[in-house]
Amino acid sequence: MNNQNQALNVGLFVTCLVDVMRPTIGFAALTLLEKAGCNVTVPDTQTCCGQPAFNSGDDQGAAKIAKQLIQQFEQYDYLVAPSGSCAAMIKVHFPEVLQDQPDWLQRSEQLSEKTYELLSFLVDVCDYEPKETQLDAKYTYHHSCSGLREMQVTTQPKHLLSSVKGLDYIELKNSTECCGFGGTFCVKYSDISNQIVGEKADNVAATGADILLGGDWGCLMNMAGKLNRDKVSGSDQKISAMHTAEVLAGMADDLMQK
Amino acid sequence: MKTHPENFKQNVSKALDNPMLKVAIRRTTDNAEKKRSEVVNAFPDFQALREQGTKIKDHSIQNLGFYLRKFEQNAIANGASVHWARDAREASTIVLELCQKANAKSVTRSKSMLGEEIGLPYAMDNAGLNRVETDLAEHIIQLANETPSHIVWPALHKTREEVIELFKQHHEKEVQSEEIQDLVRSARGELRKKFLEADVGITGANFLLADSGAIGTVTNEGNAELTASLPKTQIVTAGIEKIVPSMAHAVPLLRLLVRSATGAEITQYTTFHNGPKRQDDADGPEDYHIVLVDNGRTKMLLEEEMSKMLRCIRCGACMNHCVVYKHIGGHAYGGIYPGPMGSAITPVLDGLDRSKNLAHSCTLNGRCQEVCPVKIPLPTLLRAWRAKSWQRGYETVANRFGIKSFVFFANKPILYRFLSNIAVKMMRLLSQKGWISWLPLAGAWTKNRDMLAPASSTFMQQYKKQQK
Repeated sequence: MNNQNQALNVGLFVTCLVDVMRPTIGFAALTLLEKAGCNVTVPDTQTCCGQPAFNSGDDQGAAKIAKQLIQQFEQYDYLVAPSGSCAAMIKVHFPEVLQDQPDWLQRSEQLSEKTYELLSFLVDVCDYEPKETQLDAKYTYHHSCSGLREMQVTTQPKHLLSSVKGLDYIELKNSTECCGFGGTFCVKYSDISNQIVGEKADNVAATGADILLGGDWGCLMNMAGKLNRDKVSGSDQKISAMHTAEVLAGMADDLMQK
Repeated sequence: MKTHPENFKQNVSKALDNPMLKVAIRRTTDNAEKKRSEVVNAFPDFQALREQGTKIKDHSIQNLGFYLRKFEQNAIANGASVHWARDAREASTIVLELCQKANAKSVTRSKSMLGEEIGLPYAMDNAGLNRVETDLAEHIIQLANETPSHIVWPALHKTREEVIELFKQHHEKEVQSEEIQDLVRSARGELRKKFLEADVGITGANFLLADSGAIGTVTNEGNAELTASLPKTQIVTAGIEKIVPSMAHAVPLLRLLVRSATGAEITQYTTFHNGPKRQDDADGPEDYHIVLVDNGRTKMLLEEEMSKMLRCIRCGACMNHCVVYKHIGGHAYGGIYPGPMGSAITPVLDGLDRSKNLAHSCTLNGRCQEVCPVKIPLPTLLRAWRAKSWQRGYETVANRFGIKSFVFFANKPILYRFLSNIAVKMMRLLSQKGWISWLPLAGAWTKNRDMLAPASSTFMQQYKKQQK
């Protein structure tokens, strides 16, 4: 719970990937933020943060999307997203794409100040201490790069996960090395990306964990997809990729690969 | 055998098809990562040292003209001749002319990436000089007729078996055994007499000290010292960005360089050379030349972002920590410099049109920036090249169309919602047991991995229903 009695007004940016590919992450974020005492709004005109355009070098396109998003979210106390890379796009890179337009630059800097990745927001801003829950499983954890290096998502997820009794952590080899997703990279250099994620999937499989956790669905989708494709036939190893928020919101049982 | 950046995609395929390459690269770079991390953690405040190093480089670069002139004056006062080269061709021509003047037949060279950059090995071979690479790894590369694949360990892609084969084939005396010690001994024996025979020695420089006119080199084999002190003529080739005001400024950079490169605290040999042999000196070169090379550096200075690349002290930490480098190796990049720093510099040296693929061969994961001892924002620089490529129309028509359409729809929320609902339905139709193994327009993804099928409707649809 935050210390003030007044609830924080949070605009939840679901992200385009979660909207289309994994709605449960959005609902998990909503649940956790409300439990942490926030007053959450989901602006219904939201689309994407513009990373695909920005990372392709289309600065004009990225600026267009950035302006729309700023208008949708600047009225809230905070913008929170269940993704380190989308949050970093808004926090770090919006001011870069709008640097030549003083008015918009100022607005993007103001939004930047109040933009957070979900799990670090829950710990660093809300001081949220989840109620004890139970899940008997072993998990391993992949640090998504943008979250780790641009949004300082370091120990917060593990701190929150310590409230889940029965959940054991197994260290992942090279857990801070990129999984090879890289947004447009995995399509542009699909063969390099494949070898990188292949090595990552081997490391994940070697942990013997039941659940692979992380904070970005893009990376998790990449690793899960590779684990499923390369699954040794006849092996009964099943590793379910999940967003940390899904586990914290008590959704893990339903999302486990059966 | 030289690779080229415009053949990046073919180079990559070749590299990915070679499983031994990945093993060789991992062996060296993973070890370097581990050792660097240990030595950095043991240092009282490495972040403060990075900050200091960055400031020193920025100050030196911002006052490049001032310090270079000071360096020139002091070097001349020490008895050196200073030559200025605008580009690679001019630089290698100056070196060749100096070799001719010295009537050189045999020329020793210690490892220098600047030498590679100005095409010196190639130019020397073409001029009929007997070129002797004295760094052990460069010696291997020379025997194999290859180019360096890493800026600190040029032969890191070579396996021990390959080295044994090369030594057996080329060394005068038979290799005693296949043990590493005996291999090193064999190279040492082979090179020792060549050091003594050499007419000219060519070294690079890690530092140019403005206030004394001295040049600093760091090596682990002592080969730069033998290259510099034995022949009658010494030639130093250095990029102009190597300038620092004084020894006091070089030391923090030296600390950063060695720790970041190999994870050691200091190299076996750290030497500052200060002009030719003086009257009472026991040894040293009689003729001492310094060739200062621009080759695109002043062009980089003019662009705010790219000027940060002039901070680079060539430690190689960015490539050691680069997941893409670890999988494709240095030759795939096709430029002189591989890895993240290479992808940032190569467009300056070879032109963006020839090297446009390099900036995209990066997942923008930020690890290179995190370990860079002089805080070069490498992902930002690479993304800036992507933006230039986009502006100049180097992007393929299909990619441009894809991104432009995406931007168009992302700015029309109602239309976007409508299309994403359709996309979810399509994907569900194509899925089997919760997985999609083939998806139109996403072949690059489904070629190698499956895709977890989405839920029956989007978050927004479900959320709206709940709100009602």
